[in-house]
Amino acid sequence: MISIRNIVKQYANHRALNDVSIEIEKGKVFGLLGPNGAGKTSLIRIINQITAPDSGEVLFNGEPLNKIHVERIGYLPEERGLYKKMEIGEQIIYLARLKGLSKAEAMKRAKYWFEKLEIQSWWNKKIEELSKGMQQKAQFVATVIHEPELLILDEPFTGFDPVNAEIIKNEILELNKKGATVIFSTHRMESVEELCDSIALLNLSRKIMDGKVKDIRNSYRSGTYVLEYEGDKIHINGNAPFTILHDASLDGYQQVKLKINAGNKVNDVLHYLLPLANINKLEEVLPTMNDIFIQMVGTANNQN
Amino acid sequence: MDKILLIIQREYLSRVKKKSFIVMTFLVPVLFISMIALVGFLVAKQNDLGDKHKIEVVDESGRFMNKLKSTPVITYVTAKGGYATAKSTFIKEGYDYLLYIPASLTGVQLLGEKKAGPMTSGKIEDELSDIIRSQRLAEAGIDTAVLSKAQKPVSIAAMQLTENGVKDAHSYVAMGIGFLCAFLIYICLFIYGTQVMRGVIEEKVSRIIEVVISSVKPFQLMLGKIIGVGMVGLTQFLLWIIISVALSMTIGTALIKTQVSAKTEQVSQMQHGNPPGTAMAAGAQPDADVNSVLHDIAGIPVAYTIGCFLFYFLFGYFLYSAIFAAVGSAVDNETETQQFMLPITLPLIFTFALAQGFIINNPDSSLSIWLSMIPFTSPIAMMIRIPFGVPAWQLGLSMLFMIIGFLFTTWLASRIYRVGILMYGKKASYKELAKWIMYKE
Repeated sequence: MISIRNIVKQYANHRALNDVSIEIEKGKVFGLLGPNGAGKTSLIRIINQITAPDSGEVLFNGEPLNKIHVERIGYLPEERGLYKKMEIGEQIIYLARLKGLSKAEAMKRAKYWFEKLEIQSWWNKKIEELSKGMQQKAQFVATVIHEPELLILDEPFTGFDPVNAEIIKNEILELNKKGATVIFSTHRMESVEELCDSIALLNLSRKIMDGKVKDIRNSYRSGTYVLEYEGDKIHINGNAPFTILHDASLDGYQQVKLKINAGNKVNDVLHYLLPLANINKLEEVLPTMNDIFIQMVGTANNQN
Repeated sequence: MDKILLIIQREYLSRVKKKSFIVMTFLVPVLFISMIALVGFLVAKQNDLGDKHKIEVVDESGRFMNKLKSTPVITYVTAKGGYATAKSTFIKEGYDYLLYIPASLTGVQLLGEKKAGPMTSGKIEDELSDIIRSQRLAEAGIDTAVLSKAQKPVSIAAMQLTENGVKDAHSYVAMGIGFLCAFLIYICLFIYGTQVMRGVIEEKVSRIIEVVISSVKPFQLMLGKIIGVGMVGLTQFLLWIIISVALSMTIGTALIKTQVSAKTEQVSQMQHGNPPGTAMAAGAQPDADVNSVLHDIAGIPVAYTIGCFLFYFLFGYFLYSAIFAAVGSAVDNETETQQFMLPITLPLIFTFALAQGFIINNPDSSLSIWLSMIPFTSPIAMMIRIPFGVPAWQLGLSMLFMIIGFLFTTWLASRIYRVGILMYGKKASYKELAKWIMYKE
């Protein structure tokens, strides 16, 4: 869908993007991650053709990015806004027509979305009369109304209460199911695990990691498990094939976080434990994206 | 192109639909006409409304006895006593001033509780001088008939020598029309230029800008906004003119009706007593003045003047509003615009100030010609000069410079604009702006 190749973007005093290459597959949800100032917004602006790179290229379905692609992209910027004094329905139609829809088509689709999100009664309201959450919903409609092939969402859930965040999340997933590719820029790592197929992590203007979320999490597994068993605490001696990181006595059972020692396997752990305790659960703890993010960004920034 | 039209449409409709636009459209002609009516009324009634002075005269020279003529504004009364008694009693007796003329005629004084205004003392001075002059000339043996002939005033008719022969130069009307055009341009550059700037700031502050420029190029947005607001200006103008004309026609017909009935009354009164010829002559005098002004207005090439006005209005507006747009893009709120506003508005204010005193009196001086060439000052300077007649080559050159200036400033402004609209929280200095111009896409 989108191939970003060796993009360099230089501003007067700093380099916002340094030789960044990313592949985004069609029909997937792609997470663009990174701390503040890593270059995410610069990259998104380049894909939106708001700015142009100093060198490198972006391909849209194999063609070099150009003005005709603008109408096939829907962009929800992190800093959102609409004309405050303009009526909301009129405004959505205006933005849809700027994306190339005819007036009648824009009207039809706007009605459809307003009904779907149950906001018909706002049609003649001015933006300044709406709450922030309501404005966000309207803005979401403006982003998706022209049925873009590529949706670029910069922190789409900020400003929503949990109920509305869920509604929007489901709308995004539905659009994705219908074939839209989604680029999703966020700091909220739990939503990344939930939504994204692949990610790229930017830090200090460079891409420091990319790949499928599953693969990344697997590659960062550290042999950490959670064990739960019934009864009283058992004594674990030095011959055990694992090290205890943390243990706790809970209501009627024990919970232990352990790390398997090098050279041993899960079976060795079970083998050691079976005669000693009545096991309820032994489960691998995959590192969260949050852990990986902190680890990757933290190390990179400490090296500097 | 479609998208620019769409932007123009939004910018236009969102402004025209505003209450303030509708209120302004009706209020301004009403205010304008009532102001003119008020001025006319005050001028007509100035004798009634102005101060009236009663002046006691002590004339030791004896030259002015019964010669000072009282007017509706100034009443002269000869004092019964001498200077000393009059001085102590004139206020009590209800006089405003005491005019003391010593025998030698040097050291004439006008005494009063308050200092007499220059108009009053000037009038008295003129009157005294006239009387003295006639007396001295009479003493020198000059016939009074020759004297009254010699005092007939002369009026000059300024004529313009053109290829088509001599024609009236109608310089007062030319002055008025030139000044009116220049004034309109001056006001509009400010009003609509600032509107463009506010629009840009609004888009930036409300953060809609990023959504819009992910659909259109910043340049398209800037151009659409400038054209849209410009059309709002033209619409407002057109409505102002239509409403003013309609209003003044209605009022005018009403006035003429009352005047005509008043005149017929006068005439019928006259016919009973005085010979009718004098009344007719007195009545004809103001009409002749009105006719000559109307004739002068008819002498101005209307299409040519309107054409020039539209050209300088549009290009002046484009040039300045592009700069205003660039300023709007460079700041985060309206208060920050101050530092950029002065250098932009200075050429306008400077030219307008010069226009009133200098250009209008010296339309062909080299300073006037230069000012009417520089694109930043020419919309005002040239409009002042045009009714006086401007050589075709000067007009052509000025228009050419105007177009070049417009293209150049718009290009420059759009370079600043495209960077500025996405910059937040960074205080833009002139150095910064210069850097933005250099940025690549």
